Amino acid sequence: MTTRIPAAVRQSGAALRTFLVLTVIVGIAYPLAMTAIAQAAFRGNAGGSLVQGHGGATVGSVLIGQSFTDTNGQPLPQYFQSRPSAAGNGYDPLASGASNLSPTNPKLIEEVRQRRASDAQLNGAPTGLVPPDALLASGSGLDPHISPAYAALQVDRVARSRHLAPARVRAVVADHTQGRVLGFLGEPRVNVLELNLALDHLVR
Amino acid sequence: MSDTTAGLLQTAVLIAALAVCYRPLGTYMARVYTSTRHLRAERGMYRLMGVDPDADQRWPVYARSLLAFSAVSVLGLYALQRLQPHLPLSLGFPGVAPPQAWNTAASFVTNTNWQSYSGESTMGHVTQMAGLAVQNFASAAVGMAVAIAVVRGLVRSRTDRLGNFWVDLVRGTLRILLPLSVAATILLVALGVVQNFSSGTAVRTLAGHAQMITGGPVASQEAIKELGTNGGGFYNANSAHPFENPTAVSNLLEIFLLLLIPVALTRTFGLMVKDRRQGYAILAAMWVLWAMILGGVWAMETFHPGTAYQLAGASLEGKETRFGVPASSLFATSTTGTSTGAVNSFHSSFTALGGGLLIFNMGLGEVAPGGVGSGLYGILVLATITVFVAGLMVGRTPEYLGKKVTAREIKLVSLYILTMPVVVLALAGVAITLRTARASILNPGPHGLSEVLYAFMSGTNNNGSAFAGLNANTDFYNSALGVAMLAGRFLPILFVLALAGSLARQQPVPATLGTLPTHRPLFVGMLVGVIIIVAGLTFFPALALGPMAEGL
Repeated sequence: MTTRIPAAVRQSGAALRTFLVLTVIVGIAYPLAMTAIAQAAFRGNAGGSLVQGHGGATVGSVLIGQSFTDTNGQPLPQYFQSRPSAAGNGYDPLASGASNLSPTNPKLIEEVRQRRASDAQLNGAPTGLVPPDALLASGSGLDPHISPAYAALQVDRVARSRHLAPARVRAVVADHTQGRVLGFLGEPRVNVLELNLALDHLVR
Repeated sequence: MSDTTAGLLQTAVLIAALAVCYRPLGTYMARVYTSTRHLRAERGMYRLMGVDPDADQRWPVYARSLLAFSAVSVLGLYALQRLQPHLPLSLGFPGVAPPQAWNTAASFVTNTNWQSYSGESTMGHVTQMAGLAVQNFASAAVGMAVAIAVVRGLVRSRTDRLGNFWVDLVRGTLRILLPLSVAATILLVALGVVQNFSSGTAVRTLAGHAQMITGGPVASQEAIKELGTNGGGFYNANSAHPFENPTAVSNLLEIFLLLLIPVALTRTFGLMVKDRRQGYAILAAMWVLWAMILGGVWAMETFHPGTAYQLAGASLEGKETRFGVPASSLFATSTTGTSTGAVNSFHSSFTALGGGLLIFNMGLGEVAPGGVGSGLYGILVLATITVFVAGLMVGRTPEYLGKKVTAREIKLVSLYILTMPVVVLALAGVAITLRTARASILNPGPHGLSEVLYAFMSGTNNNGSAFAGLNANTDFYNSALGVAMLAGRFLPILFVLALAGSLARQQPVPATLGTLPTHRPLFVGMLVGVIIIVAGLTFFPALALGPMAEGL
């Protein structure tokens, strides 16, 4: 006796089996194989580009920005400051993201004003010198970089706070300023964590 | 080097890289879909799947197979999210709540990848890789399958057969997406993207704060996220997150990946219709649209109108230092033009008119150059309308590639073109009238309308990017956008497969002196004009009330 299976049932069966076969191949085998290759060939990158401090403890990732503030959120003058961040309470990798404020939103306009004033005061510089990246939050809230202009603005303050000659701090900044990749890709930038680590090293 | 020169060079390198891959990849894909030989691995898969790979399907059977597979995928992905706490590597996250799980399942199966969730605080590693990423492959392969079926409809004559959905699905995944993803993953890891199964490394930062450095199989997902024009980020910040997109080089690679297949498919099309010039013409129309939008967005972001940016001196809110304005504009234009929806900068904080252009880019119907597969079949539908309009002007029965465009074809094409705007405008209208839905809006004034319009435009066009100030994790938006994504994906697919079935039955008519050549610049110009006019007339009122009111 032959039983005829209705077309709809046959197709659903094929659909379910296809779903399972694809899940095994591209959902399990593919990421496992890629992880094995990545861990073997690029262990540091695949692990998150972690970086150690002077005590040998891991202090973060060179790709992920940090807040250089005290527990009250006040900027620590001896450290170069990162951009404003909308990720959680600032630089929280468990809540990456942007403010999504529009350029006409009064809230953003007010934030720009306040940041300009506080940044100028912190660095003892005229308000006109504060660059845009110091005033506007990044897309990820984890931006590890600042512009060379923002780094330059902070040199004197950091030097004073560390009792170093500004020229010495400026040299460290120059060492950590990266140009455009291949001369034309992306933007010139300074990695804040690497810069601050280098300064700590200088003191010791 | 000035910003502009650097940006132009970067764009030139991108176009050159795509040009180099155009021939080999387009030719390879044509071979994949026209070959009659099955690989041994594929034969094994067909046995496990219980399908006959040599059956040639009529369009309704092709469509039913596609719908059955997609329905099972929605259910499977929904179940996986709900069962998350019982899976390994769930990072302690609970099951995803039903409305959000439904929204996410619909989102990933339709190649939209709209995300009302935040990856790092909602999805465990297994849900990401064995749930979401599987649909990144499958939904992309489904899009390509439909495009190829439509091309077969144009090529074949006096038949009711369009090919075999299961074979197209498996070949697209196994022979095209998987090998390209493997290569892309390795490149991405080499550039710094993470790839591990760590549940995170807790560190004490230099200033003494606690920080959790997250982990996960990111690179393998990132590769197919761009290549399959999916766009669903592993993390909430998507390709702005340094772990998804660490450098300006990875940024350019990701833009390249998301444009690669949609662009190369025009060569596949040209080869399959045995007239490569037809593929060039379609590609030219796509590039013209892409370049126009790019120019507009880049200019707006460079001159940065808007009070906050005039005060600050640049349009950098929501943009990363390492990318800056040119690379962010390039990414934004390419992601909204390909239905990808990945972002390396946050569109809600673009200047009003720059953001408006991104909405308009999606409103074109995702054809500049469109999603994998969906871009090709989308623009073929618009090409059909174009020959129809040209036919009306001279009073001839229009034809495209030797196939007559009769009343039946025009009805199907019209239904296809009307579906998206009707869904977008109706649901956005409903959202604006509901108090609970309005409460999700972040920014005051016209920008609030833009947020809602962007959400439904993105969902219905299966893009997935957002003006992310809108709180979309509410019952209303999770349900309504779920419906918008499914309607915006599967209704047009049904219409376009019916169109393919109808074209395949026809006997081709020989070209005469009166036939409009569809490979000349004249046709490219008309096609671009039709695309802009259709989208412009449909969305001008809404755009006038949102981005234009804000920006002018």
